[in-house]
Parts: sequence; structure tokens; C-alpha cells
Amino acid sequence: MGRTLAEKVWDDHVVRRVEGEPDLLFIDLHLLHEVTSPQAFDGLRLAGRKVRRTDLTIATEDHNTPTLDIDKPIADPVSRTQLETLRKNCAEFGVRLHPLGDVEQGVVHVVGPQLGLTQPGMTVVCGDSHTSTHGAFGALAFGIGTSQVEHVLATQTLPMAPFKTMAVTVEGELPEGVTAKDLILAVIAKIGTGGGQGYVIEYRGSAIRSLSMEARMTICNMSIEAGARAGMIAPDETTFAYLEGREHAPKGEDWDAAVAYWKTLATDEDAVFDHEVFIDASELSPFVTWGTNPGQGAPLSASVPDPADFTDPSERVAAENALKYMGLTAGTPLREVKVDAVFVGSCTNGRIEDLRAAAGVLEGRTVAEGVRMLVVPGSVRVALQAVEEGLDKVFTAAGAEWRHAGCSMCLGMNPDQLAPGERCASTSNRNFEGRQGKGGRTHLVSPQVAAATAVLGHLASPADLSDRVSVEV
Amino acid sequence: MEKFTVHTGRAVPLRRSNVDTDQIIPAHWLKKVTRNGFEDGLFEAWRKDEEFVLNRPERQGATVLVAGPDFGTGSSREHAVWALQNYGFKAVISARFADIFRGNSLKNGLLTVILPQETVERLWELTEADPTAEITVDLEALEVRAEGVTAPFEIDGEVRRRLLNGLDDISITLQQDAEIAAYEAKRPSFKPRTQTAA
Repeated sequence: MGRTLAEKVWDDHVVRRVEGEPDLLFIDLHLLHEVTSPQAFDGLRLAGRKVRRTDLTIATEDHNTPTLDIDKPIADPVSRTQLETLRKNCAEFGVRLHPLGDVEQGVVHVVGPQLGLTQPGMTVVCGDSHTSTHGAFGALAFGIGTSQVEHVLATQTLPMAPFKTMAVTVEGELPEGVTAKDLILAVIAKIGTGGGQGYVIEYRGSAIRSLSMEARMTICNMSIEAGARAGMIAPDETTFAYLEGREHAPKGEDWDAAVAYWKTLATDEDAVFDHEVFIDASELSPFVTWGTNPGQGAPLSASVPDPADFTDPSERVAAENALKYMGLTAGTPLREVKVDAVFVGSCTNGRIEDLRAAAGVLEGRTVAEGVRMLVVPGSVRVALQAVEEGLDKVFTAAGAEWRHAGCSMCLGMNPDQLAPGERCASTSNRNFEGRQGKGGRTHLVSPQVAAATAVLGHLASPADLSDRVSVEV
Repeated sequence: MEKFTVHTGRAVPLRRSNVDTDQIIPAHWLKKVTRNGFEDGLFEAWRKDEEFVLNRPERQGATVLVAGPDFGTGSSREHAVWALQNYGFKAVISARFADIFRGNSLKNGLLTVILPQETVERLWELTEADPTAEITVDLEALEVRAEGVTAPFEIDGEVRRRLLNGLDDISITLQQDAEIAAYEAKRPSFKPRTQTAA
């Protein structure tokens, strides 16, 4: 019987397979950041161990870093200590680090791909659940905990429990104005936050094939929000074109050998998935969340749902709690929900195409009065590219704040946070209670919807704007 | 890692589904660089409410958390496990756990037990009616026991062996050094490197 993409990559990394034990997998790339690594390095020190493969390890600073005044000492002493701890650990153990201020610094999942370090057929891990992002290249990429970070540092391997395979097949063309973000939010709403539990999802079909690498990263990034172990997309010419010429991409003969191998990775025609989900791309529309988990979403054209309509009792209670927390009333059209803040950024939507999309909507328009808009590039490289294209000027001219690279308001570990009760349209990945600041309320949206929302002051898509513009004309 | 064999203790019934790790331990706690001192951050936002179950006097000293489905979703932060352990929890029972959280918990000796939702409902009813009711989580017999409840559960055999003996994954893997080295020797040259090997 044929094998799926995920099974092929897995099989190629088995160091040891013994009946009754989890497979021991070799890890090709280990990404580190300041938040989930200090206790792992401590563990190494206590046991007198070293980092086995410093040449397969790379660190950056992202979760905790400020996006203003980055040339000044970090005001919060606890944050400062954590960054200093990473710097000391990397120096002591010989790990390559891109600290705040470095041209390669940025959100760890933006940095890996742009350096060309993420490639098809690799195993990639990081102490961060959004490691699934790297699956866009046909890599098997898992988020891991700190104990596993320590394990990979010490051994470059991980014992991994077997997984199940799920195919999410999206056929057809995405309608105008519908993005990868809308697609993945619709997938999560369909299968639920636990629907992917135990599975590696492979996204397939013509709608997926036609996406750019950056859009594919947005899709795979949010696999974890469906509870999946990982998300993957088979490598193709789009993948190869993205990689060719990047700093760490193979060169010369190595490139040819690599591409030949990468072409063998696609799921065999006779392979069987444990579960299959089908989605018609042409039926999708801009999608937003109304609740406090990423599965609580609906088309922008819909209204806030009535908890009484949920048949599952735990979903009903969850919806009741969510509406209470979000300060929403059942039946309110989502387009009438007013926001206080808009955040464009994160490992989900903080790449150059996302910034171009948001800027494209904002160009010649202004952010609504009383709305604060933050634009945070995913990396310094993304920021430099945006400046070269003049996008920063578009944002600031519209009244948005143009910041330095980092995770920022996606999780509010740094000073970029919502105040209690504030409502935000956010291009990030999680609408959990308090995620963007204590008491803050998050609606997950695409960059286009974020920008249109900033202009109108309520949840909106660019189509709502063009109506208005045409009326004015 | 501390061994886990059999544990008996009072329970905290948490009637919530989709308890994500941002709720278990909010992000601002993640700036700490140690594995301890997270107990005050556990469910920090919900604990502001005096009526929250963890705040009730009759729940003080409880060691078994009985939660709704999809417990531990979201962020991979192992701090969530440390916070539960720092607070005093030894086991968490739910119908479904997020994968990363479950992996993290078992590596730290916090036993996460999967039981059918109907059994979880019975444990909720029992421990809500009688806060002194005890729950026994028996990893040797693979069974959860409480008054009127005897529920078998499953867990990976190797994970169970490591928990029962308090074995540490890294030292076990390091015994396979020859196999790791053999794998490394045959890796293709086109695989990327972050820097020249030290």
C-alpha cells in the first residue's frame, strides 16, 4: 500500500524502531526562543550534558521583545532577564542566536523559512505550538514542550508516539477577497478545536496548490488550533521556487539531489488516510471568530450565534461563556461589532504578503477615529522589505503604528496588550480569554479584513469599503 | 522525574471544556526562567472570582482535577504542567487532552487520565455533592476508583513503565547513542546546517 507524505517523512527519520516503544526520530532542525528554553538549558547544565548538534540548532528572540525603543534597555526587568538568559545559554552552549537588533531577528517561524532552513522532507521542532507553520514546505514540524526541547538539545532525537493521517482536500477557486486565513478558520470551525487531535493533517487539492508559500504557511500555522499534531502540504514547484537561492538552500549538485528527493515525497495515489474532509473553496467567504476558541467562528456575513442552537451541551456552555466574555449578544450581525484595536502581525499573518494585503486596503484611507492599529512585521527582513516597498508609509499615513518585529500583541507578553474590555480584530491565531491582554476580546481575521475593519471601525471586509468608495465617486 | 504509582486525593470538578493553556497559566508568567513558583498563576484570571471552584474552602488541598473535554489546548507552554504541579495537583482527568499538553504532563509525572465523558460527569456529580469524596488514580491497575465508580483507562505501555519507575527520557535515549550516530552518518549532504559544526 502507498504511503502519505507524513508517513514518508516520518519513515525517513526513524533512528530506532522497537515493538512496544515509540519510534525514536531524528530531528533535522531545532528552533529555539527565549520563553521555552531556559529550563531546558538548566537541565543540560545540571546533568553535565552539551548540545549534540549545534549545527542543526538556531535561536532567536521574539515572544518577549518590545516593538518600540528596541535600542534602549528593556524596561521590564523580568523580560530582560529572560532574554539575557537566552544570550548566556547560547554563548555557553555554542548555539547560533539572532538577538533583538540583529537583521535576522524575528518571529521564529518567520525566520526559519526566510533563511531557507526549512525545507521539504525535514523534521522540524520548536518549543512553540505554531511550529506547524513549517509543514507548508512538506516538512514534518511539531510544537514541543520544554522537556522535549531539552531532549532534542541533548540527543537531536525525540521518541514520538504514532500519529493518524487526515486529508483536508480543498478543491476549486477561492472567491475574490477570500484568503488562506479565511480558509483555515473555516476548516477549524468545521472540524472543531479537538477534531485534529492525534492527526497530522495534509492539505490538498487545487485550491491549496494555487496558494503561495506564505499563504500555505498561514494554513499550516493554524493546524494546531484544530488540535492537530502537525499540518503539511506536499512540496511542488511553488516550494522549490521559494527556496532556490535562499541562504541555507542547497546549491549546485546538492540542489539537484534535494529536488529529486523532494519530488518523491508527495502522497502516493493508493495511500489511504485515516480521515478525510472535503471543502469547496468556491463556497468560502471572509471568516471571523466570535468566541474564545478558534473553532468558534462564522462567515463575516453571519450573526453572533445563539448558544441555544448548539445541540452538544458542552459546546452550548462554551458558547454561553464565550458570549459573556466577549460582551456579545446572540443575533447581532458580525458586521455591526465595533472594535477598539486592530493588530496585523504574528507567525500566522506577519509576512510580506500579509503586509502588502493590509496596505493595499489602507492605501488612501484612514484608520477610523478611536481605533488603534498596530502593524508588527514578522521579522526584521520583512520590515526592511516593507520599507523598501513604502508600505510603512502607507500604514503611518493611514494612522496606524508601524512597529519593530516580534510576536507582540499576538500573546501580549511584551507591553503590546489590550486593556480590559477592549475589542480587537487580529490577524493572529488565538482568541483565548486574555490572550492579547487581561480582559481583552479578540476576533481572528485575515489581513484584508483587519485593514477594512480599521477603516470602518467595525468588522468589515474590503468589499464593504469599495461600495462606500464607489458611492463617494 | 517523580514516580507515579497510585494516588488518592480529593478532587476539583472543573466544568469547562476547551481549557487552553493560556487559561491554565497566562503568558505574563512565562517570563520566569525556573520550573517552580507558578502556583499563584494557575487559572489566574478565573481565580479573581471568589466563587471559582479552586477558591472554595472545601477544595483546598485537593490533588485531582476533573475537567471538561479538550483540556490543555493551544500553546505548548510546559509551564501549564508546572503550574498544576506547583499548586499540588497529581492527576488530571478529562475525556480528551490536547496532544502537546498530554505529552508534557507525562514527562513531568503529572498523570493525565482519559475517561469517557459520562464517567467524567459521574465524577463531577460525586465530588460536587460531596467535596470530601476521594478519587484514586491507580496506574498499576490502570483504573480510576471513586464511590460507585470503577473506570479502567489506557495509557501507552512504555510511557506507563517510565512513570511507574520515574525514568528520565533523556538518559534512556542516550543509551542509543550508537544508533543515533549511525543515522547521522547516512544523512544526505543537502540537509541544511545553521552553522559549521563545533
